[in-house]
Amino acid sequence: MTAAVWDGLVGQAPVVERLQRAVAGDMTHAWLFTGPPGSGRSNAALAFAAALQCPDGGCGHCDSCHQVEVGSHPDVGVTRTEKLSIGVDEVRELVRTSALAPAGRRWQVMVVEDADRLTDQAANALLKAIEEPTERTVWLLCAPTAEDVLPTIRSRTRPVVLATPSTEAVAAFLTSRDGVAPEAASYAARASQGHIGRARALARDEDTRRRRVEVVGIPARLTSLGACMTAAADLHALAQEEATAQTSEHDAREKSELDRAYGVVERGRRPREYAPALREMEKSQKTRAKRRILDVVDRGLMDLVSVYRDVLMVQLGTSAELVNAELRGDVDRIAGATTAEQTLRRIEAVFEAREQMLEFNVPPLLALESLMVALCQW
Amino acid sequence: MAQRRGSETGGAVPREVLGRIVLVTGPEEFLAERAVQQVRELVRETDAEAEVSETVASDLTMASLGDLAAPSLFSTTRCVTLRRLEDLPDDAGPGLLDYAAAPADDVALVLVHSGGQKGSGLLTKLRKADTVVEVKTAAPTPRELPGFVTAELRGHGSRIEPEAADFLVLAVGHDLRSLSAAAHQLASDFEGRPVTTEMVKQYFGGRAEAKSFVVADHALFGRTTPALEELRWALDGGTAPVLVSSALAAGLRGLARLMSAPRGQSEGDLARAVGVPPWKIKTLRSQARGWEPASLGHAIRVVARADADIKGQASDPAYALERAVITVSTARQSS
Repeated sequence: MTAAVWDGLVGQAPVVERLQRAVAGDMTHAWLFTGPPGSGRSNAALAFAAALQCPDGGCGHCDSCHQVEVGSHPDVGVTRTEKLSIGVDEVRELVRTSALAPAGRRWQVMVVEDADRLTDQAANALLKAIEEPTERTVWLLCAPTAEDVLPTIRSRTRPVVLATPSTEAVAAFLTSRDGVAPEAASYAARASQGHIGRARALARDEDTRRRRVEVVGIPARLTSLGACMTAAADLHALAQEEATAQTSEHDAREKSELDRAYGVVERGRRPREYAPALREMEKSQKTRAKRRILDVVDRGLMDLVSVYRDVLMVQLGTSAELVNAELRGDVDRIAGATTAEQTLRRIEAVFEAREQMLEFNVPPLLALESLMVALCQW
Repeated sequence: MAQRRGSETGGAVPREVLGRIVLVTGPEEFLAERAVQQVRELVRETDAEAEVSETVASDLTMASLGDLAAPSLFSTTRCVTLRRLEDLPDDAGPGLLDYAAAPADDVALVLVHSGGQKGSGLLTKLRKADTVVEVKTAAPTPRELPGFVTAELRGHGSRIEPEAADFLVLAVGHDLRSLSAAAHQLASDFEGRPVTTEMVKQYFGGRAEAKSFVVADHALFGRTTPALEELRWALDGGTAPVLVSSALAAGLRGLARLMSAPRGQSEGDLARAVGVPPWKIKTLRSQARGWEPASLGHAIRVVARADADIKGQASDPAYALERAVITVSTARQSS
């Protein structure tokens, strides 16, 4: 019988077993959780943290487990970022905290959720701390792949590799946890390709489903230059719409908190420090909005890839299940009109566009236009 | 008494500055600095030994204001400049107003306020004092710039033809400091002779307005040589490479949308659909001749790659841009 904190991890039995062994005593001071987006890296890290702090090895209902779950445990520090990177100043502060003895009787757990977003300088500042931390300090770093962190970080940590959960496991999880109807659960699990957060959003939110349907419909529509330009503009607008929906409320709340902190009312005098603080806040909101747009576009690209993956499956005559079974007609048409080699080139073009946007900061609209032209079939 | 432009400075700064307060207001830093210098020169004309000092308003306390205005052991005449008046601490305000009511006879106090709302209450009170003379500085509008140049040269005892002044503004840009320096150079090199367009060209001709969209326009018209020439000028003139690649991207986007827009729309609707101002449609139409959808698509891919190259995928932004410009402009010619 596994303890309750592990219940949220879908299809990760080997990992859970290994982490339980660690809780039981086979411990080390630095861990690197890797796995594809949505496989539950940070959830696994948090479950591990809860299990380490819990007197019962992760019962899921004691005070300690509950505190870790809501993020208020004094000995579990979680670093995540909504910006594009984690800077060296933030890490130095983290290193300082990590040297303190835990307030409780067990461990000082430092979780870094976006270790792939550490700048080189920040990662280097971390090296010493993760190599020889204070006796009861544990570092849990999360990144999509081990290659996303510096080799010097990699060599100082014990790897925990999460697998992409199978469609069946995700569907079963959705049904049992969220009470989603089996058919909807199966669609969401397939469409999300093992991304649990995405699967839950797809199963529960009508808008998310609508946006995905629009994205996967793109390949069939790319028949002329004009269609390419429209598709690029639409996808970009869709991403902006979704990003704004996610950030605008948050931004407004931050602004009103700032106003309150500085005692600013509708009219009247503003303290001298208010203007710089406002500027600082607006700057960070802008980077956050930019990152959101990139995240959303990135996900759209993965949905696009799933269509071409299906096309390739048909072209190669495999009997693998289609991710986009509801698009069977489109997929067959594209598969008939092109060759497998062309399909591979198109998938490559998607990854090229992704690299242009994420690595080299090419404006999303330009990268998308270039991508749509490459996907177009005239 | 108010001064509109630096070019009319002669009458604006009062002849008599000792025992008065000169208040210099306005955002144009170059002109404000010039007003301060003029007051100093006036003080030195009266007393060559005069002591000149300056400080920032945020550092001012009651005591230091007293110090600044107090008679010195070595010289009785003094010129005190107080910069960034808007940062004056609130408690120093009354002291300054008291001084304005009864200034010392052998002290010239210059207050520099960089415009804006901050500290405007103090300004209003200062303006009411009889001893305060205000010099307002305002940046000339682009249309007034040739006038500014003409006045600058007149100040150096030289003349410039109107077209030459226009050309100089076009070539040097809108920065007052650069324009003033250019005028000074022309005046001292062609002493006594009126400055003509030829002379300005000889000195500043090469620089004239190399801008990113000019490069893009040439490339989209398929004019490889002028496009490369403009690109070189633009990069040498300090234009950021990203501006050129985004100008290319914007141009190609406009072309692609224009070419795929349904026929028979009004100019206005078309401009809206393409996302450009209406006057641009005509240019786009003539650019569109000679482009095929396939070559246009190829060009878009090339520009996206060049943009990534500029931002770090390749090591030489200038090379990446040159290659993109050549590929784009020849894509049109060959089709």
